Amino acid sequence: MSPASTAPVYDRQILEFERPVVELERKIQELKQISTASIDFGDEIRRLEKKARRLQVEIFAELSPWQKVQLSRHPLRPYLLDYVPVLFDDFLELHGDRAFADDASIVGGLARFGAREVLVLGHQKGRNTRENVHRNFGMSRPEGYRKALRLMHLAARFGRPILTFIDTPGAYPGLGAEERGQAEAIAKNLEVMAGLPVPIVATVIGEGGSGGALALGVGDRVLMLEYAIYSVISPEGCASILWKDQSKVATAAEELKLTAPDLVRLGICDEVVPEGEGGAHRDLEGTARNLRATLDRQLDLLVGLAPSELTDRRYRKLRAIGVCEERAVS
Amino acid sequence: MAWWTREKATAIDVTDKRSVPKGVWVKCEECDEILFGPDLDANLRVCPRCDHHFSLPTRDRLRLIADEGSFVEADLGVESGDPLGFRVDGKKYRDRVKAARKSTGIADAYRAGSARVGGYEVELGTFAFEFLGGSMGSAVGEKITRQLERSLARRRPAIICSASGGARMQEGILSLMQMAKTSAALARLREAKVPYISVLLHPTTGGVAASFAMLGDVILAEPKALIGFAGPRVIEQTIRQKLPEGFQRSEFLMEHGIIDSIVHRRELKDRLVRLLAWFGTPRHAAGHDAG
Repeated sequence: MSPASTAPVYDRQILEFERPVVELERKIQELKQISTASIDFGDEIRRLEKKARRLQVEIFAELSPWQKVQLSRHPLRPYLLDYVPVLFDDFLELHGDRAFADDASIVGGLARFGAREVLVLGHQKGRNTRENVHRNFGMSRPEGYRKALRLMHLAARFGRPILTFIDTPGAYPGLGAEERGQAEAIAKNLEVMAGLPVPIVATVIGEGGSGGALALGVGDRVLMLEYAIYSVISPEGCASILWKDQSKVATAAEELKLTAPDLVRLGICDEVVPEGEGGAHRDLEGTARNLRATLDRQLDLLVGLAPSELTDRRYRKLRAIGVCEERAVS
Repeated sequence: MAWWTREKATAIDVTDKRSVPKGVWVKCEECDEILFGPDLDANLRVCPRCDHHFSLPTRDRLRLIADEGSFVEADLGVESGDPLGFRVDGKKYRDRVKAARKSTGIADAYRAGSARVGGYEVELGTFAFEFLGGSMGSAVGEKITRQLERSLARRRPAIICSASGGARMQEGILSLMQMAKTSAALARLREAKVPYISVLLHPTTGGVAASFAMLGDVILAEPKALIGFAGPRVIEQTIRQKLPEGFQRSEFLMEHGIIDSIVHRRELKDRLVRLLAWFGTPRHAAGHDAG
């Protein structure tokens, strides 16, 4: 139950449905502070701790899709660079697309995962305003996708598995991004990833926002953290287009079927990785432990396959996606 | 402002809606010229005055490209299901699709089949923008994938004419994944050196632009078509700036090195034939119909 960081938690960093638990925890802290040798609140503290825990389990057992969307965007949620030191050894970041710029909303680099050398690639959001200006809120431009493409080609040439981590509101809708071929950059990644002769495991760790997410998302396995989401459009965008009403975000989130269990049912997500109690932001270590075990197990299943077998299976997997009805036509 | 009122007073309403059948007189969306409907149709729905390209009905698009009588449609019965049970204010997506089928007479937003173009055998497909904005759900993705697979199996070039607002929201993540599925099929085509020509029509945006539409060995576009990933309104809201004139139009894309060539509708077929010849496409054994 330890929070991901020891920094104080500000009110604006607490979601409405987290508040009852957080308030109990604050009370517990206060009691601990005023406890002295002569006045022992031990029993009361233990009672409240039990209560807080029970409350949290209750709340998290019944999260709505919209609440999961909020969790996936939680201001304290661990980002790629929070997981990297916990999951990998000797991470070496590599920058730039060799053509235009280094897009800091996508981070890529070499790393060792257990005994294996791998390529790590993923979106990166900022924790504060200054960082978010640098990271563009995790919204990538063409040069970001092209950097990813360059590094994936590198991994393929040297037979290194690719682990991608998805966490983006979506591709950046900007003037320059369009001028430099945003659509082409995303499309190219889809095409190339479908045919790369090395294992690719994509994990949605936060927000899986549309084409910008998919541009790092074509692989042999798609995993999702328990409270991650993956959607064709944001609930906000969907509400404003289909309902013409911004207040319908929760309804849109429900209709879009964007939670991890939904994606398992729809045959997109292969495995849901459990988060620590109260979400990844309250238990980075526990979440990372589960993630490491799952990634390791999935890679074990993939690394032994011949490249052609790997890409054939990947194709068949993609090929099967979709729900159509076929009517006999005379 | 006297001159203004005078002009208004002398304006004659030439389109008396009660006596003139619908579609006989059409006002050009670009230059405001009043055009005689049958003349416009005879000119491939291109304004004779300003060359504005009106949208062309799907069946006319097929007729424009395929040699006469050569188009054999495939996968006519492939239709989207409603995997999410999507509803907006109680209205079912399934019913919206049904209504679109009824009003357009086609099964979903894409039609594909085998055809000859200047005698060259191809696998040809085109979006039907009139069907829910040409949006791509499972059925569209499946039909395109099958088209590309036929193309690969028969080693015939693939031609896709795109006109779409993007992925179909009501099929959620499954729509998004059609981008990956169709692009994977294209990867195989590319690997096997079977050519693919992408023709971009007005408008081509979102998930369709960010997948097969932008992956052509050659990418052609009709003049002034809106082509891009994000819609102009979304961009304006994001950057809080007015977009420059002509932004995301075909001419803008060519200037920025994103497409190969802009082709007037009248010349589209000839251009395709030229490309097919260059690619070394075998011609139909029974000779060809210059169509």
